[in-house]
Amino acid sequence: MYGWVGQLLRVNLSSGECRVEKLDPALARDYVGARGLASKILYDEVDPQVDPLAPENKLIFMTGPLTGTMAISASRYNVVTRSPLTGAIAASSSGGYFGGELKYAGFDGIIFEGKATEPVYLWIEDGAYELRPAGELWGKNTHETEEAIKAATCPNARVACIGPAGEKLVRFACVINDKHRAAGRSGVGAVMGSKNLKAVAVRGHGGIKVADGPAFREAVLAALAKIKANDVTHGGLPAYGTGVLVNVINAHGGLPTRNFQTGIFAGASKISGEALAENYLVRKKGCLACPIACGRATLVPRGPYAGHGEGPEYEALWSLGADCGVDDLAAVTKANYLANELGYDPISFGATLACAMELYEKGYLPAKDTELPLEFGNAAVLVETARKVGYREGIGDLLAEGSYRLAERYGHPELSMSSKKQEYPAYDPRAFQGIGLNYATANRGGCHVRGYTIASEVLGIPVQTDPHSPEGKAALDKAFQDLTALVDASGMCLFTTFALGAPDIVSMLAPATGVPYTEETALLAGERIYNLERLFNFSAGLTKEDDTLAPRLLAEPMPEGPARGKTSALAQMLAEYYQVRGWDEEGRVTAATMERLGLA
Amino acid sequence: MAKLLVVDQDKCTACRRCELSCSFKHTGEFNPAAARLSVAAFLDDDYYLPVVCQHCDEPACQAVCPAGAISRDEKTNAVVINEDRCIGCRMCIMACPFGAVDYSVAEQKVVKCDLCQGEPECVLNCPWGALEYKEPAGQALGKRLQMARRVQAALREVV
Ligand code: SF4
Ligand code: SF4
Ligand code: SF4
Repeated sequence: MYGWVGQLLRVNLSSGECRVEKLDPALARDYVGARGLASKILYDEVDPQVDPLAPENKLIFMTGPLTGTMAISASRYNVVTRSPLTGAIAASSSGGYFGGELKYAGFDGIIFEGKATEPVYLWIEDGAYELRPAGELWGKNTHETEEAIKAATCPNARVACIGPAGEKLVRFACVINDKHRAAGRSGVGAVMGSKNLKAVAVRGHGGIKVADGPAFREAVLAALAKIKANDVTHGGLPAYGTGVLVNVINAHGGLPTRNFQTGIFAGASKISGEALAENYLVRKKGCLACPIACGRATLVPRGPYAGHGEGPEYEALWSLGADCGVDDLAAVTKANYLANELGYDPISFGATLACAMELYEKGYLPAKDTELPLEFGNAAVLVETARKVGYREGIGDLLAEGSYRLAERYGHPELSMSSKKQEYPAYDPRAFQGIGLNYATANRGGCHVRGYTIASEVLGIPVQTDPHSPEGKAALDKAFQDLTALVDASGMCLFTTFALGAPDIVSMLAPATGVPYTEETALLAGERIYNLERLFNFSAGLTKEDDTLAPRLLAEPMPEGPARGKTSALAQMLAEYYQVRGWDEEGRVTAATMERLGLA
Repeated sequence: MAKLLVVDQDKCTACRRCELSCSFKHTGEFNPAAARLSVAAFLDDDYYLPVVCQHCDEPACQAVCPAGAISRDEKTNAVVINEDRCIGCRMCIMACPFGAVDYSVAEQKVVKCDLCQGEPECVLNCPWGALEYKEPAGQALGKRLQMARRVQAALREVV
């Protein structure tokens, strides 16, 4: 095969048996790879009602056909499983160098089944594989784990692992590779922990072949020129990282502050990408094959929050900053380092802490349940809880359940800013109608990287739409969601879409794989993947009732700023969305749509 | 003066596009392990340096080669290996102070940068100009300016 390596590794952790399997070319063609292929395997092999933390759930690591090539930003792999946070299908994407190395080592992906009796890690080197005991690694953080495994295997190995958060089944624990890159959302790290799987380490010297080298090279160079001519991908992102958005979104009145009580944060500029560049940025960094380099190598040189690491990204600047009312950049940066080291998602953590803070300030969460004053704006509480949550210590144990379960426990689930129990990212749906529709419908729950309509509503990419108008947002969301599924499946990074469209992606995907994808068939694959995820979710017990937003966003008008007086017009957009998706009024994928997508 | 690969370490982002494109050009596959240059990325120290063949004025590899397989390409000034002459003794690997010559497991032979016959693929694919193909004169100018800035900053602190 071209692009794809053509081999998968199936690892049964219960029996310790590993088996090499051929990748089915027809399946690869229809589901492309990464998020698509792994979702198909999960759908075919796992009962959607399975307890996410039971051995019967599977955990699938999968690269795309472009991963590890010089296609633009083609560094990515996905981790797919049933989520312990949402109960829906989870597909979390990560960059760095791990995905490419897995292919150089001879595999497109790994399917983990069952549960090991003792902690183990998987070591793969040039087609050879071995489960090794990881008892001594258990309890170590992600940095210590990576170092210990490199010492035991090869200094050039690439390691994806869990930290204490994954071991302790924090519901939003993530998988961390290359120390700072995360398959971040929906708790895929907790599933890894439930299987007693501490890490996967890979090293390879093999090459990836493409079908039509000259055509592929030409397409890549043309795409590279577009990336370099674009203000976002070769301007704002490399200069200030994703944090460039903090001031922009705040100016739109849509930077959720103090658990979405308002959309304007007075301290925004203090926690912006610009402030990070001025104070703590050491240098910018790109994942494998990435010409954008939004990565931030940072250093807080002194003070109580001194440390070294990467980030924070926009989302963490917001969740740990504005959403908790904290404008101390050093504290936010430190909390972000802790999230990476302990191995959990800073979006869900920050948003859960913000929820706890509102519960606390309203008197619903009694002081006796927490040894800390959970008041908005308290930087010390932020950093202390960031540590505690990773170990499920004290109040950290409650926070580890996520905002929905926390708020429900104290009788106020409406104060959880989440959809399908997953916390929202950093855009208020009252200020940006399109992203609200995406939060409500995204297959993995509250999420911005399924249909990032902000590109259109704020940045005017590919066309400017009015953020306050629900008109046309249904079709816009569908288009973004399908394109994103394709990008995720290919192995490229979503950020490339600021400069590249479906034709550019297809111009690389077709010569790489030798499959004669057209724009139409490739986007159809994206739509197929999206609908397959939806089918999984409905079999898992989710319904139309889950396609909703937190009551606050539907009923409490934005109190101030450019979006003042607005609420989300979800009901109107949702009905239209079901229509453009070809679903029935209950939000179910219809037989005709399944037929059209080859899912019947 | 002849052109060379000139490295600006500060601009490198550790993306390894150079390694990917180099391996592709020379082997037809994407395989960093087969690239003729490597990015030494000390990620924990935020220090990334592309290490390239310097095409030295007096190449150690050429001097040590018992088969006379290493010579200078008249046209590009690149130090190149003549495959037909090479006996695979790997003395050149030992002699090169930069590790610019290596044994490629994939190709089963000794390989090094040949400046792509004057059209370096790595330069074309580096997004940040961390690699340039140019005459090395003036290479240190950026560093000199940085150095001057540091002196200025130091003076401000003391005077
Ligand atoms: S390996 Fe080949 S090129 Fe290198 S020193 Fe030996 S004969 Fe010369
Ligand atoms: S000039 Fe050519 S051979 Fe030399 S490192 Fe660059 S791509 Fe490789
Ligand atoms: S392509 Fe340029 S920026 Fe990327 S690793 Fe190579 S030298 Fe550094």
